[in-house]
Amino acid sequence: MAFGTPSRAPARGGSPGLRFALYAIASIVVMFLDQREGWLERARFVLQAASYPLQLAVSSPTAAWSWFQESFETRDALRNENNKLRLAQRDVLLRSMRFEELARENAQLRGLRDALPPVADHWLVSEVVNVQLNSLRQRVLLNRGTANGVFKGQAVMDEKGLLGQTLHVGPWSAEVILITDPEHAVPVQVERNGLRTIAVGAGDTASLALPYLPANADVKSGDLLVTSGLGGVFPAGYPVARIAEVHRDAVQPLAQVRAIPLGRIEVDREVMLVWFRPEHPAAPGAASMADSKSGNPKIQPQVAPPKPKPTAPEPAAAPSAPAATPKATVSKPAAAPKPAPAKPPVPESAPAPTADAPKPPAREQ
Amino acid sequence: MGLDDEPRGRMLLTALIALILTVLPLPPWLEPGRPAFLVLTVLYWSIASPRAGGIALGWFGGLLLDVFQGPVLGQHALALSLVTYIAVREHQRIRYKPAVQQAMIIGAALAVYEFVVFAIDGWSGHPVTTPLRWLHVATGAAIWPFAAAFLNYSSGKRA
Repeated sequence: MAFGTPSRAPARGGSPGLRFALYAIASIVVMFLDQREGWLERARFVLQAASYPLQLAVSSPTAAWSWFQESFETRDALRNENNKLRLAQRDVLLRSMRFEELARENAQLRGLRDALPPVADHWLVSEVVNVQLNSLRQRVLLNRGTANGVFKGQAVMDEKGLLGQTLHVGPWSAEVILITDPEHAVPVQVERNGLRTIAVGAGDTASLALPYLPANADVKSGDLLVTSGLGGVFPAGYPVARIAEVHRDAVQPLAQVRAIPLGRIEVDREVMLVWFRPEHPAAPGAASMADSKSGNPKIQPQVAPPKPKPTAPEPAAAPSAPAATPKATVSKPAAAPKPAPAKPPVPESAPAPTADAPKPPAREQ
Repeated sequence: MGLDDEPRGRMLLTALIALILTVLPLPPWLEPGRPAFLVLTVLYWSIASPRAGGIALGWFGGLLLDVFQGPVLGQHALALSLVTYIAVREHQRIRYKPAVQQAMIIGAALAVYEFVVFAIDGWSGHPVTTPLRWLHVATGAAIWPFAAAFLNYSSGKRA
């Protein structure tokens, strides 16, 4: 097979060897700078902005097709969907009917003055741009960026559970690393018994691995995993996955546990970017604060909020560490019911509760 | 002859189409076998018209790939400029080979490319070790005769 254009010696701009050397050095410098976290963040931002129109153009045929399908949906299908949604909404309303009451009761039990607002402050619905980012990794692109206030390391969920966090944020788009990516690890807790561990992505959309559980750990298939709030990215208590199988081998020190994520990224077209109240006890990055507020004064014989204790191993308050690294996040001091060394009580947080009667009750209704 | 200015526009156009084909969503079972269209296009141009594209095209094309799918900026840029360099150097020899031999050479170039990407993945701490990542080397080599024929046709020299 011959090529169309006649052969010409590459003459301009020096020999190919020299030019290749220059470009190779350039790419190595770029790689080096990019590995040093953040030095090329600006360049990435610009490049991501520049490439976004192309990504939109690529995803436009599928978007147009689904729009076309939607607008020509039959009346029956719409009515069916409407009925289904109405049922679902009634269900949710019934379930949340006692929410206010329970929240107040909970606050009262914890000895807080006011019921806390929910930890999720507000959220932004965002569409998944239909682009293949990397077939070997679990990444998706969203159509919101810094123009909408999205920041790096923000939690992404759908209505079923946690999906991932933002990794690179451009002006109008954000790349999300899913919890199923092999490079992602999320600190979780077994909801049934509070056992904390790390869930690592397994590389496909349907499974998470729990590689750090000892063989005698109390887990069984069907257990719900929720975020533990450690690691500084996700707040505590959001559903992540359900354990599918637990394999125990007599000669292996660790159990092999596989979990199925609850969020369904392969069918989601819309996901939610969530902002959390930083002052909330369950908020990420405020793990130490959580202990000082939620410690029940009735259990502790003396007024000693754990905050002034310098000896207590603070639970990895890694402020905004991007990914939940498997190290350092596993240890969390239990809410120390042992008598703490008597320290002068901090005036603002200690309403001097006498041992039995909760003096500062939450407002009676 | 003015040949150098003409292919440049077509070169950029075909590279853009190749990039779109690279990020176009595919069903998951088809996904691992997707040939590296941009690499094939850049290789074609560096063999067919080494002065028009050359290593610069490889480098900038690779940088775009990095923005789309690289964990590290510069990774695909290095890999693609390396295979472009080889192709530009050897373009006289590759050009007149029969299609099957060309496809084999292209397969080797794709393997070199994927190896560089794989190695940088590992060094930079983002390893992906699934053997599926090598699949596109085979599909890329298989599709090469057709891709080259199409690009030839698109460059308007031979119908």
